Amino acid sequence: MLQDFIGAVSLGLIWAVMAIAIYITYKILDIADMTVEGSLTMGAAISAICISNGMNPYLTLILAFCGGLCAGLATGFFHTILKIPALLSGILTMLALYSVNLRIMGKANVSLLKMDTVFTPFENLGLSKNFAVIAVMLIIVSILIAALYWFFGTELGCAIRATGNNRKMARAQGINTRFMTIIALMLSNGLVGLGGALIAQNQSFADMSMGIGSIVIALASLIIGEVLLGKGNFFVRLISLVFGAIIYRIIIAFVLWLGMPSNDLRLFTALTVAVALALPVFRGYFRTLKNSFRKEV
Amino acid sequence: MLKITGLEKTFEAGTINEKKALCGIDLTLSEGDFVTVIGGNGAGKSTLLNAIAGVFPIDQGHIFLGDQEITRLPEHKRARLLGRVFQDPMMGTAADMGLQENLALAYRRGQHRTLKWGITKMERAFFREQLLQLELGLEHRMATKAGLLSGGQRQALTLLMATLKKPNLLLLDEHTAALDPKTAAKVLELSDKIIAEHHLTAMMVTHNMRDAIRHGNRLIMMDGGRIILDISGEEKKRLTVEELLERFQQVSGAGMDNDRMLLSK
Repeated sequence: MLQDFIGAVSLGLIWAVMAIAIYITYKILDIADMTVEGSLTMGAAISAICISNGMNPYLTLILAFCGGLCAGLATGFFHTILKIPALLSGILTMLALYSVNLRIMGKANVSLLKMDTVFTPFENLGLSKNFAVIAVMLIIVSILIAALYWFFGTELGCAIRATGNNRKMARAQGINTRFMTIIALMLSNGLVGLGGALIAQNQSFADMSMGIGSIVIALASLIIGEVLLGKGNFFVRLISLVFGAIIYRIIIAFVLWLGMPSNDLRLFTALTVAVALALPVFRGYFRTLKNSFRKEV
Repeated sequence: MLKITGLEKTFEAGTINEKKALCGIDLTLSEGDFVTVIGGNGAGKSTLLNAIAGVFPIDQGHIFLGDQEITRLPEHKRARLLGRVFQDPMMGTAADMGLQENLALAYRRGQHRTLKWGITKMERAFFREQLLQLELGLEHRMATKAGLLSGGQRQALTLLMATLKKPNLLLLDEHTAALDPKTAAKVLELSDKIIAEHHLTAMMVTHNMRDAIRHGNRLIMMDGGRIILDISGEEKKRLTVEELLERFQQVSGAGMDNDRMLLSK
């Protein structure tokens, strides 16, 4: 049980990268970016194939990040230059990436068993696998949070936030909203690629279907974080994403422990997120119900 | 200052919804002109302002601002020269960003956005000073999100943002129409004050004939995508609402059938 718990924490920290990436598009840019389902696999594919060819695993993280940047650029191009709706742009890139990822890997999955990963140096220090993952991920997530906190406080970051908030106002203030949209999509997908690489290295393989549902899992983390820590300032929001991702994994570990077949996990996640997204609607119904009850009394 | 020649714009050309919004506008504004623009619904007032701001590409004509032709310049590049306030108070500010962040965005209008800090300490002090002059108590709420302000406060803030960096031309698109009469009067007074203080060239679209007469040094009336009246100087000072209605009938050959304009008499 304790092992399951620690495993859930380590997995949550890895998926926190994904949650932070989704926050950039879903919350800051106000776009549901489906590209991530492809760019996650892409990051994993790049990292896995490079590692199995003998590259330093840390270096593969950078390549995975760059792969994600390209995926985001493609979606940004479809959306801002070709004026295809954001959701469809993401789906187009996601579809295209399926072929690209197959080409990168050359087959449907690549195993990393017995190969060095970014977690190996910490395991060699005598840490168990889970604790090695937690140690590495704490470092990576801390760096990410610091970097993003800085970035979204700069002129460029503020311009991206304004673009997501109110495009008309942003343009009236001389902000090139197309450019900002592309930058944000690239940054987000770059981080997703990084997340995909870490996920593959953690589970010791990359396969074509690993991206499916990843946007929903990230959204679940985002919502849990929001419920937990509220809508504080940007720093608190970033921290809440990490906690949200960890809690989500603990919940999953718990329902599995209760005996839910793991094949039903995605159904469970989808329904949970649907309910969470509908909470404002439920609250509305509840309020009307309460008021009508009061009147009758 | 502003020179527009032969400006034409048709929306949804070639469809059953085709609408000729601007049919050959010629207009020249001198430095320091404060022009009020009046006309019924669909007269093309907002379209004219949006054409100047570059919201959509125009079909025909040229637009010059200062010594520069801006006809083909994209909207975000024209922003360097323009200050804009919209009818919808929600439109002018970023609701989820703080007052000072909104001001900082406006203060960088027309500049490249770099990786320098989005707002500096010195700017904060400057913004506080500017907010103080609005006399709305906003200087104590610098970190408050703009979305939490009332409509009038947001319009005042947008007005400040539009003029924080002196624009070559200030475009006010019915910026008081969505406010209650008392707040609208206040925002109008503030607009007058800011325009006078900074010697701005400005265009103000309004539905209210009295406001159009009372403010500015020149009045143009639009109908069917054309400028049908252009009154300035002493003649404008003596103008009354009744006279304006009469002149409208003479020029357009039709009665004023616009309820909103008549009611706002």
